[in-house]
Amino acid sequence: MAVTTEQQQHGLTAHSHGGAEKVGTAPVSSRADHFTSFDVNAFEVPGGREEIWRFTPMKRLANLHDGAEATGTATVEVKASEGVSVETVGRDDQRLGVAGTPGDRVAAQAWTSFTEATVITLPGDAKVEPTVVTVTGAGVGEVAYGHLQVHARQFAEAVVVIDHRGSGVYADNIEFVVEDGAHLTVVAIQDWADDAVHVSSHHAKLGRDATFRHTVITLGGSVVRLTPVVTYGGRGGDAELLGLYFADEGQHLEHRTFVDHSASNCRSNVVYKGALQGEGAHTVWIGDVLIRAAAEGTETFELNRNLVLTDGARADSVPNLEIETGEIEGAGHASATGRFDDEQLFYLQARGIPEDQARRLVVRGFFHEILLKITVPEVRERLEAAIEAELEAVGV
Amino acid sequence: MATLEIKDLHVSVNTDEGSKEILKGVDLTINAGETHAIMGPNGSGKSTLSYAIAGHPKYEITSGSVLLDGESVLEMTVDERARAGLFLAMQYPVEVPGVSMSNFLRTAATAVRGEAPKLRHWVKEVKEAMSDLDIDPAFAERSVNEGFSGGEKKRHEILQLGLLQPKIAILDETDSGLDVDALRVVSEGVNRYKQSGEVGVMLITHYTRILKYISPDFVHVFANGRIAESGGPELADKLEAEGYVKYIGKAEAASVG
Repeated sequence: MAVTTEQQQHGLTAHSHGGAEKVGTAPVSSRADHFTSFDVNAFEVPGGREEIWRFTPMKRLANLHDGAEATGTATVEVKASEGVSVETVGRDDQRLGVAGTPGDRVAAQAWTSFTEATVITLPGDAKVEPTVVTVTGAGVGEVAYGHLQVHARQFAEAVVVIDHRGSGVYADNIEFVVEDGAHLTVVAIQDWADDAVHVSSHHAKLGRDATFRHTVITLGGSVVRLTPVVTYGGRGGDAELLGLYFADEGQHLEHRTFVDHSASNCRSNVVYKGALQGEGAHTVWIGDVLIRAAAEGTETFELNRNLVLTDGARADSVPNLEIETGEIEGAGHASATGRFDDEQLFYLQARGIPEDQARRLVVRGFFHEILLKITVPEVRERLEAAIEAELEAVGV
Repeated sequence: MATLEIKDLHVSVNTDEGSKEILKGVDLTINAGETHAIMGPNGSGKSTLSYAIAGHPKYEITSGSVLLDGESVLEMTVDERARAGLFLAMQYPVEVPGVSMSNFLRTAATAVRGEAPKLRHWVKEVKEAMSDLDIDPAFAERSVNEGFSGGEKKRHEILQLGLLQPKIAILDETDSGLDVDALRVVSEGVNRYKQSGEVGVMLITHYTRILKYISPDFVHVFANGRIAESGGPELADKLEAEGYVKYIGKAEAASVG
């Protein structure tokens, strides 16, 4: 893949290695100091210049950041096999809020505003069939808040698909409680209608030796801003955060991953890949990794790649790695935004493959490593078809 | 009877310093059943000739013509040229991550043959072709050229040559970087292709050693962007003994290509 090093797009200007380094005009504070609270009023109403909001089109957020009141309800349907507990609970349920604390005003607003939460508990020491959660927006012009908790008990082995569809404005928090030794695989799909606005925080808390594979697929919606945060409650935790996004004309798709290594001998691997096409298509990837002093033996890598298919699209990519201990296994990151590689196209065409088909092969190949890891065949087929449809839309 | 006619071909490449002429009037006709060795020093324009014929966007044809069976190749897109029966085995085959070799081969064969090969026959055909070139079947599931060694890449170029069966094959330094065993295997692959039908071969090489395995009918010395001398196989022996010194003035020795 051709690699462009346009500073603005590539995000090198806001690129920090280690906590001590400060780049750019705004001081880059340590992720360790990041403010969190369950109280929406503890956050100031953001204006859009703040570090965590600077890429987000605030005017298109339907006031989620400024006290928008719920006018509707998103529908949550859960298909689960025997042994999986699915409950609808009230705000006062003591189990809620254990996986993490809201880190921005919209997340705190969602926490303050939801009326009912869905709690899915996956049985311990057992392997169960995939659970599918379908969240349908409240409808065009309606605002809704939600809360979901997925709890994998000790030694559970489970796959949960969370499928977001429909219209409207939706803000929510999703908690993943992954107990000791559990293996939880999550596929979160954002396949919203064109009008939808979705601001979501995912909070994953991994127990000792827990394995968490989290795949985000964002295709539809006007504005989608997703903030997956991983914390470790014990040693040996293993998190893999994968993402695939495809932004069309006018779409803003933003993903902000944060892996907080606070326990020793844990691992994390972040791979996000995106394609963009059309005027005003904008993607943002912010990948924060913090290795705290106690997190000896950490192994982490993060990678973001963007493929810009047409003029007028813009990809921002900012990896941030802060390391507070030298006693680690390894840490690294890579980020690149490029256009189609002419040499790849030439090679495929020189074998008789027509240009449009060659382009599709390259894009499919680009996403291949992410799709390969989606183990639920129906989900994978649907996503392959969706990507195919995206490519046909512009005749790439 | 396929014929490739190159007439007074002038080609430039755009560099940071502006447009630079690399090919300065190339004339060459290759008929089916003939193997032409194009030999020349580094920078003489041999690779430019092959890429220009294949249609690489980096090269600009400023004048001249290239005809395949009377049809102007230069009017065609890169993929149309391949479907018309031209094949370029590249010196540096390109890696295409995430696209499996088997998917690539089948897509290319479908495009060139005009219809998808019957799956059962196809699997067998690919298997045999790979085995002929001592390629481990596991390569079929690997991404195109990704992480292949130089020799593995060249074997796969010849694999494609065999499967796509072009009318005219241009082999751009297919021998470079090969060890003796790989050179033999690759040469046998080229010879199988030659025997398979009425096809023409343009064999571009820097060294004479591949000519021990693939015997040329004609040998052309390429220097300073044009053919400097043509002859039979004996010309290769002369080059082996005397080198290219006679053909390059100091001024041309440093030219790109």
